[in-house]
Amino acid sequence: MTKKQKQTLWRIVASAALLVWAALGPTLWLPGNVPFLSVGRVAEDGTAAFFLAPWVRFLIPYLVIGWDVLWRAVRNIAHGQIFDENFLMAIATVGALCIGEYAESVFVMLFYQVGELFQSYAVGRSRQSIAELMEIRPDYANVERDGTVEQVDPDEVAVGETIVIKAGERVPLDGVVLEGRSDLDTAALTGESLPREVQSGDDVISGCVNLTGLLKVRVTRAFEESTVSKILDLVENAGSKKAKAENFITKFARYYTPTVVLAAVALALLPPLVGAVGWSESLHRALIFLVISCPCALVISVPLSFFGGIGGASKAGVLVKGGAYLEVLARAQIVVFDKTGTLTKGVFNVTAVHPEQCGEDRLLELAALAESWSEHPISRSLREAYGKEVDASRVTDVEEHSGRGVHAKVDGQEIWVGNDKLMDAIGVSWHPCHRVGTTVHVAAKGEYLGHIVISDEVKEDAAQAVTDLKALGVAKTVMLTGDAKAVGESVAAQLGLDEVHTQLLPADKVDQVEALLSEKTGKGCLAFVGDGINDAPVLSRADIGIAMGGLGSDAAIEAADVVLMDDKPSKIAVAIRIAQKTLVIVRQNIVFALGVKALVLVLGAVGEANLWEAVFADVGVSVIAILNAMRAMKGTGGR
Amino acid sequence: MKKKFKLEDLDCASCAAKMEDAIKKLDGVNDASVSFLTQKLTLDADDARFEEILEQAVKVCRRVEPDCKILR
Repeated sequence: MTKKQKQTLWRIVASAALLVWAALGPTLWLPGNVPFLSVGRVAEDGTAAFFLAPWVRFLIPYLVIGWDVLWRAVRNIAHGQIFDENFLMAIATVGALCIGEYAESVFVMLFYQVGELFQSYAVGRSRQSIAELMEIRPDYANVERDGTVEQVDPDEVAVGETIVIKAGERVPLDGVVLEGRSDLDTAALTGESLPREVQSGDDVISGCVNLTGLLKVRVTRAFEESTVSKILDLVENAGSKKAKAENFITKFARYYTPTVVLAAVALALLPPLVGAVGWSESLHRALIFLVISCPCALVISVPLSFFGGIGGASKAGVLVKGGAYLEVLARAQIVVFDKTGTLTKGVFNVTAVHPEQCGEDRLLELAALAESWSEHPISRSLREAYGKEVDASRVTDVEEHSGRGVHAKVDGQEIWVGNDKLMDAIGVSWHPCHRVGTTVHVAAKGEYLGHIVISDEVKEDAAQAVTDLKALGVAKTVMLTGDAKAVGESVAAQLGLDEVHTQLLPADKVDQVEALLSEKTGKGCLAFVGDGINDAPVLSRADIGIAMGGLGSDAAIEAADVVLMDDKPSKIAVAIRIAQKTLVIVRQNIVFALGVKALVLVLGAVGEANLWEAVFADVGVSVIAILNAMRAMKGTGGR
Repeated sequence: MKKKFKLEDLDCASCAAKMEDAIKKLDGVNDASVSFLTQKLTLDADDARFEEILEQAVKVCRRVEPDCKILR
């Protein structure tokens, strides 16, 4: 609790005690008549006695608890802010005092302050717990310079410098391990509780905590571009993409308060003028309106629910870039997957080398060299299988044919490496392989040299991901891949996908997504999940783009609306579940708050409600709505 | 230029919305957002007059919610 909150708490306790005294305490007899402050009574023997007027007794707890509200109301009017909650509470309680409802007046103010205190405490708490999730910003880096290790700010370290990370320290910058072996806790980034083992040659990402050993790391990215900076930036800007429900509430609040206040004025003036009820009764009813006229419950609880949902998702390793995306995600009807890197590991292994004209080693060497500039996972696996250092100077005139392959000069010899489409395009006769996998053909100057078969492994949780999505009401799951028909169909069958489209060029993927977009019905949405290699355009074309954050490229993380930090497809279902839960909470809060307020307004207008119920409709509803909103933050939505 | 500022003692959500509206209406402001939950003001305004615009934003905020301070 902050100092201010503690102060309010004491005032509440003191005022409550004074209120009890004012209501139940003994009568305070005065020695004589004091104008205004005393009430006289004539005793049986005819002598007059005077005691303190009840309104004075109630004024003490009222001022103890309400002075700041009164003061703020006056000050804000001076600043031109008329319809704020302080003003409304001030009018309502002063009005109640004027018509003789002393206890009610003090209680309304007291309960209002209790609600405010609770609100500020609850909001502070949830803000804090979300901030804790984001406690990944490194404070310093130990950099090795001229043989000594010095501690500097992470943004002062240049790319290529060597940093030392001791056990228990946070990895300050992205890099490659030079020396050492350790376990990294990636929970803050991915939600994964199992530590990740790293040794020399492995990549480490900033924000993880080094658990066991000492690591020497060569920095590969400057701080502004590091994973940590990007994530923090994403999360901090998450609020700027406001959900429709949030915008609705903001707009609603703008009209709600003035409308209710005008209604209160009408209620105070009109019925007595036509002689329906007395002035005191009509004033009482108008005051009830004023107490209910604050839209706080909605204004706080709706954004808090979305904020909580985003926080809960990030705890599970899913970054959602704004409340608006939770809204879309909850309505996912069609989920389209990219294959490589999304449903499969994207770690290709060469499983067969079938040369026609040369030796196996020579075929692999040509392929690895021609693909030496490409970052495609297939190229990487070719280089890996080749095993030796690739001498890039032997390769010239590299030309990439997106979705087909590559053409390059290796030692001056023209080489084509790619799929059957590329072979057809250059007019080389090829033959398919009997092995299931991605077939990479190699050709030179109109001559077919042979092919290499590469296969990828399906991710452990991919099948579970598809089943989970179905269980959550996703009508259709589709896989798009540039890969060969046999490979794509075998993966799709293995995972139980509804539809598969193979041998697609990046542009074809966009067309497929367009076609699928026209298939969705009602309010359904299409989500595309990809690792961002070649699919950034599709990510932005879909209603909602989901990117793999670990494997994915920066472009994908930028283009996507949701980022899965640990590349697990099963997290899509988790994200959708959180989104659906968040939206249920938002809807509950809107219906509940508006419902109770409307009910009490109606009851108040016909004289069936009292001020106690009005305070409940205002502060009580706020508190309940906030408690409900805090549920959005908790875990993965009931599993 | 886009800059972020921390806000202190921003206690009410509808005040945050009012502040945001008022700052957006200032001359030279391209975009502004006041987040009640992260207690942050993001101000995107003309480079050349940034300080002057910020000064006005501070004034506007003081009028809406006198308890709230913009830390810089």
